Amino acid sequence: MTSFLAVLIDGSIYASWLFLVAAGLTVIYGVMRILNMAHGSFYAIGAYSAASLVGWYFNNGIGPAWISYLLLVGAALLAGLIVGVIVERGLLRLMYGRDEILMVIITYALLLILEDTMKIVWGVSPYFAYQPYTELGRTAFGLLKVSNYDLALVGVSCLLGLGLWAWLERTNQGKVLRAVIHDREIAVAMGVNVRLMFTITFVMGTTLGALAGALTAPAISVVPGIGIEVIVLAFAVVVIGGLGSIGGAAVGALLVGLSRAAAVHYAPEFELFVIYGVMSLVLAFRPEGLFGRTMARKI
Amino acid sequence: MKNNKATFSKYLVSSAAALALTAGIASGASAAENGKFRVGIVTFLSGAAAGPFGVPSANAAKILVEGLNKGELPAPYDKMGINGVEIEAVIIDEAGGATKQVEEYRNLVQRQKVDAVIGYVSSGDCLAVAPVAEELKTFTIAYDCGTPRLFADNAGAQYMFRTGLDASVDNIGAARYLVATRPDVTRLSGIQQNYSWGQDSWADFTAAAAKLLPESEIVEEQFPKIYQGQYGAEISALSVKRPEIVHSSFWGGDMEALVLQANARGLLEDATGLLTCGEASFATYKDQAPNGMIIGARGPFGAFAPDNALNTWFKGAYNAAYDLDPVYPATKMAQAILGLKFAAENAGVADKEIPTAEQLASGIKGATFESVSGTVQMARANGHQAMQGITYGEYHYEDDKASIVNAVSFSGECVTPPEGVSAAEWIAEGFPGAQCN
Repeated sequence: MTSFLAVLIDGSIYASWLFLVAAGLTVIYGVMRILNMAHGSFYAIGAYSAASLVGWYFNNGIGPAWISYLLLVGAALLAGLIVGVIVERGLLRLMYGRDEILMVIITYALLLILEDTMKIVWGVSPYFAYQPYTELGRTAFGLLKVSNYDLALVGVSCLLGLGLWAWLERTNQGKVLRAVIHDREIAVAMGVNVRLMFTITFVMGTTLGALAGALTAPAISVVPGIGIEVIVLAFAVVVIGGLGSIGGAAVGALLVGLSRAAAVHYAPEFELFVIYGVMSLVLAFRPEGLFGRTMARKI
Repeated sequence: MKNNKATFSKYLVSSAAALALTAGIASGASAAENGKFRVGIVTFLSGAAAGPFGVPSANAAKILVEGLNKGELPAPYDKMGINGVEIEAVIIDEAGGATKQVEEYRNLVQRQKVDAVIGYVSSGDCLAVAPVAEELKTFTIAYDCGTPRLFADNAGAQYMFRTGLDASVDNIGAARYLVATRPDVTRLSGIQQNYSWGQDSWADFTAAAAKLLPESEIVEEQFPKIYQGQYGAEISALSVKRPEIVHSSFWGGDMEALVLQANARGLLEDATGLLTCGEASFATYKDQAPNGMIIGARGPFGAFAPDNALNTWFKGAYNAAYDLDPVYPATKMAQAILGLKFAAENAGVADKEIPTAEQLASGIKGATFESVSGTVQMARANGHQAMQGITYGEYHYEDDKASIVNAVSFSGECVTPPEGVSAAEWIAEGFPGAQCN
């Protein structure tokens, strides 16, 4: 019984983290049709920015602990905004209209450049911002003790998902964006400034990636390479859910999170396999992913 | 005109490339004849292993080379450089995998014309480079990699040496530490990175524990992917089995994340953590690791190194340069460089003469030399493998200062299999001939 409860709790926490990581990736693909390999670097930049800022805050004993949570979010917003605008305006806008495979290669090159840039800026030694993680304490569920920070991440993830849904479905800008997703050419013909929508979408995707990194930073040692590990998982989640679908990313994250937690508790030897096993199973029956749409290809 | 410009540009580029290539080869060739003792230093300068292992090791190499060139080290290493010859270090990155490292090794020997190579954290790199060292007849010291296969797979090695200990010593020592300090523990668990290092470490530890703590049982074992970073489910799986000991061979960012998360969730309050590589993050845990957590340094290195004159000099110089105490990878690099100096000065060549690879090998094979970690006996693998004791202790943090308490040392003869016997056989037979005082 304890293990079953642990699977539910661990699965939900892991799923919420996966959704945070995958949301930006799926938003960018949904609107811009760019499979953004550099998303892992945005995650890492968010983590480094947050760890630097929060580390500086606590090392100097400036104020109360609750401000550090604002700093985490603030660091992510600032890093995502700056990096997003630079990358979109400085590189990607020159490449729009190119083949999707070429965009994968371009964003992969960007990932390599950003990984080395981070080493130049932050070095290779670990960064820590553990205070926000430990300050919230923990809750006991029988033998199982769970970090309240991790539980709070589930709430943050749900709020973020709802916010994204409301933005896309309930605002004028969301409607315009959906028009771009459905048919870019018609949207242009109707007077939509698609380039501006691309910039907004990319910066939002970058910021979501940075936010995921910033919210993860307190629980880990921020070291070179953390973004590379994350990108593979994020791809698995968005492929299961259907590329470009927010709801799909949420369901994909939940499926992966619960399956992995069940494997860890009941069959640890399958833990590495289970994520890709779920992905293979879904793709065998729905090659476009759970919530992906089959689309005719323009030639 | 456009075509002419393009042709001219191509000519210019190809000429520049040819010049650069020629200059590179020439500089390699001329530097080899510059009269200095050229040493290739190979360790991780990028990737996840750079922070915990590579950078401290490279920093230690710089300190040692500078100190030796100035003749600042205490006796018996107070002679300038190596055998009176100035040392020149060529430090290269170990990242990129075994195939790349074989190419880099050939480049160091054939183009850079190094007189010796010291390097390798990764066991895969050590295993790949060992036969090439024999082929190119180049004196090579593996300073950190832990695979017991290094000499098992290269039984007739002449040029490859290892001044660090192999991984089975870590885990036999860990089991012996439990016997010495917690003989009544019965519920053991483990969490290891899912690759050969983690699997081999766990196999050695569980085999040793089965012999030394016969009442104990393994209540849980987890093998998450390397660099996973998030261990929520694994910590839960361990917690619900109520272990008394949580053994881990995690290293680097994975280890720091595990300690942070497991401590925050109370696992390391309810059970005692036993980290075989734990000393590498000694300076970074602060109050995020619980007092009483057992840590090791893969030998008498880092915080476990003795207070001898050499270590006092090394710690002082390292601290002055980097404002940090050296962790175990740094001490192991220092030991390898001292091993090289000892080999050269014990090779029987004239003062200020650079010994050949064969002379270097004969200078250290089966020898005993003094180091920052105490006395090192090259007493295993036909004189190519170091044998030393190992120390474990408990992490203690108080008044913003970290220290080690309840340290227990075990002699080399207590934790090292006899010559010609594998660790698995020795453990299975119940450690025959072990000398533990």
